[in-house]
Amino acid sequence: MPITITMPALSPTMTEGRIARWFKAEGEEVIAGDVLAEIETDKATMEIEAIDDGILGKILIPGETDGVAVNTPIALILEEGEEASSMDGFTATAAVPAAAESAPAPAPTTTASAPVAADPAPVAAPPAAPGQRIIASPLARRIAADSGLDLALVKGSGPRGRIVKADVLGAQGTAKSAPAIPAAPSAPVVIPPTSVEPTEIPLTNMRKTIAKRLVAAKQDIPHIYLTIECELDALLALRKQVNERRPDTKVSVNDFIVKASALALKQVPAVNASWTDTAVIQYNTVDISIAVAIEGGLITPIVRNADLKGLAAISAEVKELAGRAKESKLMPEEYQGGGFSISNLGMFGIKEFSAIINPPQSAILAVGAGEQRPVVKNGALSIATVMSCTMSCDHRVVDGALGAQWLAAFKGYIEDPLGMLL
Amino acid sequence: MADTAYDLIVVGGGPGGYVSAIRASQLGLKTALVEAQHLGGICLNWGCIPTKALLKSAEMWHSLQRLDEFGLAADNIRFDLDKIVKRSRGVSAQMMGGVKHLLKKNKVTVIDGWAKLNGPGKLNVEKDGKAVGSFTAKHIILATGARARELPGLEADGKLIWTYREALVPDVMPKSLLVVGSGAIGIEFASFFNTLGADVTVVEVMDRVLPVEDAEISALAHKSFTKHGMNLHVKTTVTKLERGKDNVTATLDHGDGKTSQITTDRVIMAVGITGNVENIGLETTGVKADRGHIAVDGYAQTGVPGLYAIGDVAGPPWLAHKASHEGIVCVEKIAGVKEVHPFETTNIPGCTYCSPQVASVGMTEAAAVDKGYKVRVGRFPLLANGKAIALGEPDGLIKTVFDDKTGELLGAHMIGAEVTEMIQGYTIARSLETTEAELIHTVFPHPTVSESMHESVLDSLNRAIHF
Repeated sequence: MPITITMPALSPTMTEGRIARWFKAEGEEVIAGDVLAEIETDKATMEIEAIDDGILGKILIPGETDGVAVNTPIALILEEGEEASSMDGFTATAAVPAAAESAPAPAPTTTASAPVAADPAPVAAPPAAPGQRIIASPLARRIAADSGLDLALVKGSGPRGRIVKADVLGAQGTAKSAPAIPAAPSAPVVIPPTSVEPTEIPLTNMRKTIAKRLVAAKQDIPHIYLTIECELDALLALRKQVNERRPDTKVSVNDFIVKASALALKQVPAVNASWTDTAVIQYNTVDISIAVAIEGGLITPIVRNADLKGLAAISAEVKELAGRAKESKLMPEEYQGGGFSISNLGMFGIKEFSAIINPPQSAILAVGAGEQRPVVKNGALSIATVMSCTMSCDHRVVDGALGAQWLAAFKGYIEDPLGMLL
Repeated sequence: MADTAYDLIVVGGGPGGYVSAIRASQLGLKTALVEAQHLGGICLNWGCIPTKALLKSAEMWHSLQRLDEFGLAADNIRFDLDKIVKRSRGVSAQMMGGVKHLLKKNKVTVIDGWAKLNGPGKLNVEKDGKAVGSFTAKHIILATGARARELPGLEADGKLIWTYREALVPDVMPKSLLVVGSGAIGIEFASFFNTLGADVTVVEVMDRVLPVEDAEISALAHKSFTKHGMNLHVKTTVTKLERGKDNVTATLDHGDGKTSQITTDRVIMAVGITGNVENIGLETTGVKADRGHIAVDGYAQTGVPGLYAIGDVAGPPWLAHKASHEGIVCVEKIAGVKEVHPFETTNIPGCTYCSPQVASVGMTEAAAVDKGYKVRVGRFPLLANGKAIALGEPDGLIKTVFDDKTGELLGAHMIGAEVTEMIQGYTIARSLETTEAELIHTVFPHPTVSESMHESVLDSLNRAIHF
């Protein structure tokens, strides 16, 4: 059955938009992740990506069309093996939500006079990669096929890694059948320098998404930047003590920074909010996004309820999330969301920098390296370990004074670290 | 001086205990096994094995009654109960010797005596009132088995009122017999004595005989037993047993105020079993028995580190093969074997060796419906199976229960000739998570009774060819 693509809502308040242009033509093959069309509102532009492999069967609303209401069917995708004739008489249903959901399930065919069922053939084993069979029990295969779950996404717990019924049922519980996240970035294309001409490096989905979001952030959010310096000596001493107690799992300076930020957000909650046209959304949980550099880009796994977690818990969680982030093994709910971000370039020796806010958040803290600097104490020159932190704020939500309040709270926790352990 | 410290000590040498000990030894654990009576436990000595030997004699006696049907004739047909019993004892002895040899071959130290725990990781062994030794082990597995359950007022006396013990070595061939309880044990003895000519009455408190089996199978069994001359009373309890000089008069309560009395030469009490949890020093470890059993998790762990319980003493199903598998999972987990999955009891076949035989695995139809499954049921009567007819055993049914949605084989229930040897097919299929499709595409050999397994699956899709 053809899949209906509908007009997505780019924001909770969007009612209609413009289909700027189609990137694929009718009859063209699409693979999961391909950009199908560009949607515009006065505020933002978004691309619709294909979530499944198939062929763009029919474009229902052409490019350069304004006033397309949200949820209107705009195209039909034919699945593998479907003929164009399957679109005849097919009424695209507007009720199907935006592209993140899979095709509506066909109505069960039951008749009163139980007819002889078609010969149930054993479900053949589709190859995972050339020459690689996915090993799964017949029952697991059947259940997966019935629910559209891709066996390649399921980890097997049976003998020799065989996928069994329990694995498929478990996978159905967590993941949607086809993830709407950008696919893991493929290894950057390395073109051997054979000529002096510039080479073209194709954009990965991650690169495209990062670019899109950052441009939108810079264009839409009025950034202001506040810098504060924090003395780290007390924190470093406490950290040494803490780590002596737990030599196998060391707590890092960044773990303290996460905790301090969380507590500062508790103290100055107005920073933990988002701008929308109609209201400021105040978050009531402290969820902190941690910027992690990964191959090909950047991702921000979230430590949820960071204010309620102890240092050790935060440390373990950040390590675990960062580890999986680097292997592209994060689930969408682990990096989508969050109310505040932290980006730390201290380990690269950066003294100070300003970061771009992660929409829809209202602030991001850019942390520089802690270094020995001359400081003046009680009129005399002295040396302390100092770290410069720059907070970028969305001026629509966080005025300068509010931002300063937050930074003061943050600095308070950093410079009196025992307060974080209470 | 004999060793007193071991990696593992197994208490009890039945199918749970000796299998665990052998596996442990295979995995490199220094293992000892303590047995108070006879290696092989109840199964080998006073259960599974001897009853099958007895039932084989009965089966042959039954065939002798039908010689003419098969074109044969013989005069002076008779049976000698003492010889029948002696043969079964010989089979037991041979098996026991086999177990002894296996334990020796696998270098398991066998300690003769009664073990009593003396705190975690320690136990003392006694024999005939004398101390044999004190031993320590990193891990102790309790495999002490179970014994016949007694109902107050209806206790066995070992002379006129029997348990399975006495029934296996009867002093006389009873002319009439009352069997209380229609589970596998009761029905097998009822079948044995009935075939040899006793007037057998079976009393069952539940609403059908063989109550753990699928209701359709119970109903067919009931019909068959009645045809063979047994008197069956369901929803009936025994309220009194009065011993005479050489017989017993039982008072039966049939419900709704109806009572009756029946006098038989002997009574067999087969009302269930209870675990051997007494006098083994459990109280020194903090483990408490719950209604005659020791509670354990999927790895046979009791909750006290280093102490485990398997088999009949750890709860249902009370089957030798359950004990063996449970023991293996327990030992493999102890030995650190990778990816040991917890022991599950959802795919354990159960067999009853009466005539006709009964065998089943998985959920009954009622249980599946209760669990919320929409079921598809296949039925194939052995009356339509060529081999069964050629054997002269046309009574029987193969019933399969499928999940209509996924095609999963939820349960298989069989009654008829050879079904106890056939049930492993469905069990293997369930183990491999078959759907009906794979079973349909499997080629069963012809002519066999087992082809009816294939036809039953076809029938679940209304596609049976031979019925």
